[in-house]
Amino acid sequence: MSKAPILQAVGVTKNYGRVVALDGSDLELFPGEVLAVVGDNGAGKSTLIKCLSGAEVPDEGQIILDGVTVSFKRPQDGRHAGIETVYQTLAVAPALDIASNLYLGREIRKKGPLGSVLRMLDSSGMRKGAKDHIAALGIGTIQNISQAVETLSGGQRQAVAVARAAAFGQKLIILDEPTAALGVRESRQVLKLIESLRDRGMPVILISHNMPQVFEVADRIQIQRLGKRAAVVTPKTHTMNDVVAIMTGAMTVDKKDQALTPVR
Amino acid sequence: MSQDTATYDAASEFHDRASLSQKIQATLHKYPWLSSAFVLLFASIIFSFFNENFLTPSNFSLILQQVAIVGAVAAGQTLIILTAGIDLSCGAIAVFASMTMAKLVQGSPGEGHPVGWAIWLAFPAGLLVGMLGGAINGFLVTKVKLPPFIVTLGTYNVFVALTLTLTKGTVPSIEMDPFLLTLGHYVNIGPFRITTGVIFMIAMYSVLAFILRYTGWGRHVYAVGDDIDAARLAGISVNRVLMSVYVVAGLIFALSAWIVIGRVTVASPNTGSDLNLDSITAVVIGGTSLFGGRGTIFGSLIGAIIVGVFRNGLTLAGVDLYYQLLAIGLLIIFAVSVDQWIRKARK
Repeated sequence: MSKAPILQAVGVTKNYGRVVALDGSDLELFPGEVLAVVGDNGAGKSTLIKCLSGAEVPDEGQIILDGVTVSFKRPQDGRHAGIETVYQTLAVAPALDIASNLYLGREIRKKGPLGSVLRMLDSSGMRKGAKDHIAALGIGTIQNISQAVETLSGGQRQAVAVARAAAFGQKLIILDEPTAALGVRESRQVLKLIESLRDRGMPVILISHNMPQVFEVADRIQIQRLGKRAAVVTPKTHTMNDVVAIMTGAMTVDKKDQALTPVR
Repeated sequence: MSQDTATYDAASEFHDRASLSQKIQATLHKYPWLSSAFVLLFASIIFSFFNENFLTPSNFSLILQQVAIVGAVAAGQTLIILTAGIDLSCGAIAVFASMTMAKLVQGSPGEGHPVGWAIWLAFPAGLLVGMLGGAINGFLVTKVKLPPFIVTLGTYNVFVALTLTLTKGTVPSIEMDPFLLTLGHYVNIGPFRITTGVIFMIAMYSVLAFILRYTGWGRHVYAVGDDIDAARLAGISVNRVLMSVYVVAGLIFALSAWIVIGRVTVASPNTGSDLNLDSITAVVIGGTSLFGGRGTIFGSLIGAIIVGVFRNGLTLAGVDLYYQLLAIGLLIIFAVSVDQWIRKARK
């Protein structure tokens, strides 16, 4: 159990003017685990995630991916490095079909002169690839890959976004409140997706407000408080009430009782 | 999992019980140009009852010639509207490009430039002016972040002013260069007698349709118009796509100016004043959504032809010009209402 973290943040600090959003926060994500990041509003969880994905540039601190220090300037940089992010606002184009959305911004061209000279897209190849990716995640309810995304339910749309991340994420996937806009049944679908990502060995960072969901899927739970990491616990050693107490500062956890090493 | 599937089946069963109006809505949603094609067919049948000359090859040839210019400009306008923008300056760009070509070929005898440029310099220069006009619009939309409506309202006035400055308000009645008049020649295709300008316009539509349908750029144009934030988060360089759309549209407007010169045989600063709004009319009647991301390029061609058919048919039926305008106005409102209704279907 002495695995090296796949992604590590050390002392990351970010200020917005005079507002300190992140005050030297740490994070470790180990291979094959689901790490939930929770915290009250303003605790810095969104900013931390943005620094990891490249949407924000930290003022101080280090981000180490697979043992190499990285400095992302734009979200594209994070994506190129193998970090895929699924945003809370569904980042899919409603009028385009599922296959087009999956490959949006990464379209595949036809082979030969049709692709290189006429720049034609390999639509059938992308449809087939999309079908495979959707099937690999066990999303059975999506039947027609040429369906426009707007004809799907919220859960299915989120599934398309997760499938896109899973298809292209080389190292890890960040899910920013993926169930915030979804109903009960649809949230269940997304939680299943997270589990199937973990089953395929893909590390996941999950940001969520929903304690029962966090306790259901997370291996470890990192609690942010006032721009710092307050504690890392597991669903087995602590209860939801404990986590809320740590979040609000009513409880502190000793370093030796924390889950700073992988539990899987 | 089995429970999920069961609920979904129930949902899809519910879906199948859609009423007729819902089914029509869903079909139109998938093929937005269908309603305009239907209007074109319906109008043609009605008008043929009022005047036997309406449904003749020669009359349809005439309609096609009349819509060639608006149709060509509407092709560029479609690109911009697909990105949820709008271009009020398209006609002004076209006229400015045509005046540039004509002026450069003609030279300015009164101002010490008696000999004009060679056509192989003047023509590309005119096209370049069109692209530059589009680039200015694109720059203001993407970099200065102004709404396209305001940007092009401003540049419309700028391009009109530039045109008037260039011509000093006069119409240069010159012998045009034969190359500039290329698109005014007539050709017979079966019983139809159309201009090369019509063929050029249709060729332009075919090229654009191919690009929009089969290339990544085409897909990105739709994605940017559909949901600009989603497109950005998916890693599309949104500003680059928008900029290229405005430049390509500017090129199309300049090429439309070539058709204008061929048709009226002079470059006149007054020919394009209606094009700005008429092109938007064609696009909207053709089923492209003003909210972006939805529509087809050939729909705009159908839209342009519908306007031509209405004008021509109502004239042949002896209807006053005022009522023709009224009919076009109602048609626009009808088209936008249908678009809203279709969009409501799947929210």
